[in-house]
Amino acid sequence: MLLTITSSQEPATDLGYLLHKHPDKVQSFALSFGQAHVFYPDTSAERCTVALVLDIDPVGLVRSKGLFDQYVNDRPYTASSFLSVAMATVFSTALAGRSKARPDLVGQALPLEATVAAMPCYGGEALIRRLFEPLGYKVMVSGAALDDKFPEWGEGSYYTVTLAGTLPLRQLLSHLYVLIPVLDNDKHYYVGDDEVAKLLRHGEGWLESHPDCEFITWRYLKRSRRLATAALGQLTPEENITEAPPLPKDQPPPLQEQRVFSVVEQLKTHGVKRVLDLGCGEGRLLRHLLEDPAFSEVVGLDVSHVALDRARERLHLDRLPPHLDGKVTLWHGSLIYRDRRLEGFDGAALVEVIEHLDLAKIPIMERVVFEFARPRVVVLTTPNKEYNCLYPGIGKGMMRHKDHRFEWTRQEFSDWAYRVGERFGYSVEIRGLGSEDPSVGSSSQMGVFIRDDR
Amino acid sequence: MTAKIPELSLVLLIGASGAGKSSFARQHFLPTEVISSDACRALVSDDETDLSATGDAFQILHAIAGKRMARGRLTVIDATNVQPDSRRSLIALAREHHFLITAIVLNLPPAVCVERNLRRGDRQVGRPVIQRQIHQLTRSLSHLRHEGIHQVITLTSEEEVQGFHWERQPLWNNKQSEHGPFDIIGDVHGCFDELRALIQKLGYVIRQDADGTYHVAHPKGRTLVFLGDLVDRGPEIAAVLRLVMDAVSVGTALCVIGNHEWKLLRKLKGKTVTVSHGLQETLDQLDAVGPKFKERVLHFLNGLVSHYVLDEGRLVVAHAGLPETMHGRGSAKVREFALYGETTGETDEFGLPVRYNWAADYHGHAMVVYGHTPVPQVEWLNHTINIDTGCVYGGHLTALCYPEKEAVEVPALRMYVDPIRPLNFPKVKAPSAQQVHDEVLDIGDFIGKRRIETNLMGMVTIQEGNAAAAIEVLSRFAVDPQWLIYLPPTMSPGETSSEPYTLEHPHEAFTYYQRHGVNEVLCEQKHMGSRAVVVVCRDVEVAARRFGAMDRGLGIIYTRTGRRFFDDPTMERSVLQRIGNAAETAGLFEQLQTDWLLLDAEIMPWSLKADPLVRQQYAGTGRAGTLGLESVNRVLAKAASRGLDVSSLQAKFSTRYMNIERYIAAYRAYVWRVQSVEDIKIAPFHLMASEGSVHTNRDHVWHLDQVRALAEADGGLIQATPILRVRVDDAASIMQGVRWWEQLTDRGHEGMVVKPLSFIHQTSDGKLLQPAIKVRGREYLRIIYGPDYSDEENLARLRQRGLSHKRSLALREFALGIEGLTRFVEREPQRRVHECVHAVLALESEPIDPRL
Repeated sequence: MLLTITSSQEPATDLGYLLHKHPDKVQSFALSFGQAHVFYPDTSAERCTVALVLDIDPVGLVRSKGLFDQYVNDRPYTASSFLSVAMATVFSTALAGRSKARPDLVGQALPLEATVAAMPCYGGEALIRRLFEPLGYKVMVSGAALDDKFPEWGEGSYYTVTLAGTLPLRQLLSHLYVLIPVLDNDKHYYVGDDEVAKLLRHGEGWLESHPDCEFITWRYLKRSRRLATAALGQLTPEENITEAPPLPKDQPPPLQEQRVFSVVEQLKTHGVKRVLDLGCGEGRLLRHLLEDPAFSEVVGLDVSHVALDRARERLHLDRLPPHLDGKVTLWHGSLIYRDRRLEGFDGAALVEVIEHLDLAKIPIMERVVFEFARPRVVVLTTPNKEYNCLYPGIGKGMMRHKDHRFEWTRQEFSDWAYRVGERFGYSVEIRGLGSEDPSVGSSSQMGVFIRDDR
Repeated sequence: MTAKIPELSLVLLIGASGAGKSSFARQHFLPTEVISSDACRALVSDDETDLSATGDAFQILHAIAGKRMARGRLTVIDATNVQPDSRRSLIALAREHHFLITAIVLNLPPAVCVERNLRRGDRQVGRPVIQRQIHQLTRSLSHLRHEGIHQVITLTSEEEVQGFHWERQPLWNNKQSEHGPFDIIGDVHGCFDELRALIQKLGYVIRQDADGTYHVAHPKGRTLVFLGDLVDRGPEIAAVLRLVMDAVSVGTALCVIGNHEWKLLRKLKGKTVTVSHGLQETLDQLDAVGPKFKERVLHFLNGLVSHYVLDEGRLVVAHAGLPETMHGRGSAKVREFALYGETTGETDEFGLPVRYNWAADYHGHAMVVYGHTPVPQVEWLNHTINIDTGCVYGGHLTALCYPEKEAVEVPALRMYVDPIRPLNFPKVKAPSAQQVHDEVLDIGDFIGKRRIETNLMGMVTIQEGNAAAAIEVLSRFAVDPQWLIYLPPTMSPGETSSEPYTLEHPHEAFTYYQRHGVNEVLCEQKHMGSRAVVVVCRDVEVAARRFGAMDRGLGIIYTRTGRRFFDDPTMERSVLQRIGNAAETAGLFEQLQTDWLLLDAEIMPWSLKADPLVRQQYAGTGRAGTLGLESVNRVLAKAASRGLDVSSLQAKFSTRYMNIERYIAAYRAYVWRVQSVEDIKIAPFHLMASEGSVHTNRDHVWHLDQVRALAEADGGLIQATPILRVRVDDAASIMQGVRWWEQLTDRGHEGMVVKPLSFIHQTSDGKLLQPAIKVRGREYLRIIYGPDYSDEENLARLRQRGLSHKRSLALREFALGIEGLTRFVEREPQRRVHECVHAVLALESEPIDPRL
């Protein structure tokens, strides 16, 4: 909500020429989401400070702009993409590196200090330093308890950040313009192709050499893989961009690919042609089933509509070549309801699905899959809890994903699998997935169920 | 002539062009009953003579005919129908729907057809065509019955056509106008002593004349219904037949045919049948009585139908059961099913046929009572019940009283025949067949556009996208469907107040009720916690028996979106234990004759359930606000001190700072630390239901009295709700109500809820009123509409909030919630209960695009 910039290069009031804002005026600018006020709390020859106060209309954000559905939100008080938009509007000439009165000052490195409040950042002080320190700033960060009355809640994720450095004003503005939304990890507007151009323009001269270039690009483009790939391609032209785009940090490790290969292999070994991917998610397995001619008909079922939308997008289902057109169908459905559409298939895969169901609902899923849908082959995978100790990020008693309702040891899984086999008439084979540790086994475990047909 | 055409018939008009089929159809049938091929041709091509459109036209004709027959409507096909091929597909379609087929042949002299055809103007058909059609017709005539047409009416002259009349004939099985009450009796198999004992136990008086004729009558005029299999196997078959025939002949009993009667009938008619399964006993006993009796039995059996549809379609009786598509229909397939049920073709380990369980798929609205397969005890499944409890095998003879739905039984005096399959299952078992069936619900019952009939509001419609969204919530987050029998409705605020600094005020709530003819309302303090539904059972056995819950829990506590309230199972257990003990001490279980209760409640503190939300959204906004505003105010002060005119900005931002501080104070009031049950408060305000009743017929004073009793019995965890009664036609009382609200909210409470005294209030013209209206406090609203909502400029915009959607939602959810609970206490299948719960969630969900 507040950005101040202080110059201590005498005469410090030159700052007014660079910003095209008169030091003795209080000016207000209309923005689509409220107003920005610009004034100078401090003007002396030694030290001149400009303040940009963001005055967001909190009710308008919900009622007329429809940007948020909650009246209670931190946007009116924070430094976010709203502040970047305000900077680009109010300080547009400075940001573009132009000055009518003092063109000589534009490229000149000045002793500057900028303060931003309140800076939201879940990554904490460490992330703020990681992004600004490589750019040569001296960084000061002060935070506060989330609520003084409830010290058990710990620190909040809001900071006052002060950056001090000697550099052209234009660069300081560019850094802030790009990095504020990156720290906040959000944007209030639709991020499309033109956002790539903006990033390249404002990142010129510093972004490509920033050690966190990929991370910044990824977050600035609102975590769109497609846009990030496009931007990085232009930021690092000297490198050969390989087919596979660089995987952002929170993307899955190749274990997931291994798992998919094993599942496909099992389905093929058992002659499955018409296959269900139950809990298909965003379509990691579907892609392989689609491309593999061994499968004639593929149905992806998921309870999450958002996931199905992404799957359709990622598999380009609406523009498949003629020989694949219609091979994959996506259904919105659930594993805790009997679904007659699922009857009559050869095989079904449930890859890392059951651990997302409450344990109390597992018996329902058993009947839905093994009693009612009753495919000849069921290939099912789930994490091996014992292996968690080998993941540094997973503490004792923690699970691999926040939506996991349970995770099983090898014993628990095989007990369950054999009981299901017994009850519904399937023979069962258990396998490990991924490299095997002598004491705790593999990361994931797979059960292959084959129906006993008389 | 006067023809009789059964009400469920497909009528094929057969005749050449120009024979006068269309005018005949117009004269004798409803316009909607007639589907004409010419009209269908016109529908698809704008030209009823366009022969190239014939294929498309007949597809439409078949589609319409199929839909009509599925709905049980008489259907007339106005097409030439002179070729066997064109009839074949229509006959097959009629059979699919178990319809009878009548052909009306207009076989008029060729000259008449040709002459009429000439008068048609531009719709003329060539003379050779007509002659060919007449030739085909003539050749067809003798084959029609063979093709499967049940009745052929031929009219050969214009005079005959003129003289034609017809009557709609109800099917034999249609006894919808008989309303009972009935006592339905399962397979008797010659167990006369048990039959007599049972009938007497039901209150019938049995008298026998000197000539052996039985007179059976009930003082209250009840009717006996026999499900067939009176004969074979047992000791006194002739006596059973005599009693039933005598009662049927005077109308005090009805009887449908069983497979044993069917076989006996064929034997008596002289057909070759294998004499087995006790048929010999019957033949011997009939021979012993004499030929005259045998003749009477033959006549009686010949008149028995496969099933009856009774009481306006609410009750169907058939020997071996009947799926809904066959109710009231007559065909060989229907009879086959009614006699034998549907078998999978497999046999079990005892060599008996494995039955396909049609009852598991049954969704019909009629209750189906049947027998045929002996079971150890009667059990409901999806509104169907098998009452053959194997009397002849030493089990029981059972009657089902309708509409009471009570089973009355007498034990067999001995085992007359050794059952092939053992009958000695345990008497009481949990889960029941219905619960096992209900464990897995069928998604087909919940997706797509839904229409739910509610008692309070008639039809409530759920859009497809909302239905799909609710499936996701139910699957991922909700508790087991067997526990999830009720979700509370949303609550609307009162009309927006126009007083300064106020968005909600008691006046509007009082006015709402006063305007709709309510004189007295109840103001309840609104607790600021999280809404919770509490189901508590007397013990774990009750939970298993009544809810099919195998988790050995005492009950459950879930949120208004169906999620489990407590993440910590031990905490849930102790809360349930406390509530259960309180109900025990207060004598609620005894008083309500129940072993479970469902409470609608608020659980405090808010932070208990909403902790992540409180921290991220509420505390986070507070922290960001103080940090941001402090910095802004600091730079503004500096600017002011150097003489800049920032006074209006200073005023604005210091107000905002005050607002954020008040906002922080507002949310803090609802946050405290919970370490054990002792830190929790639970304030129930409705005792929604207990066994056998939904307590919406009791007023709110009653509900709060029960809660007070619980609170007193518990002392600590359970909180009574402070109330104030307000007469909305009395200014002083209203003033008092306003003051009460102001005092509550000044003390930091959320506000109050205003309700009419009665739980359900309908105006004199039948309009359902809002069951409750919330009036929230000024400070509390900061955590709803944001810290700065109270600025006049913001209030002006917020006052434009639309309430009609919220209001309508509140009513629909209210009606659905009560409907679901009513279905639950009436022991309807879980599907019917879940339908209502799913609908409430669907109304509360953002719709998603259901088509991928």
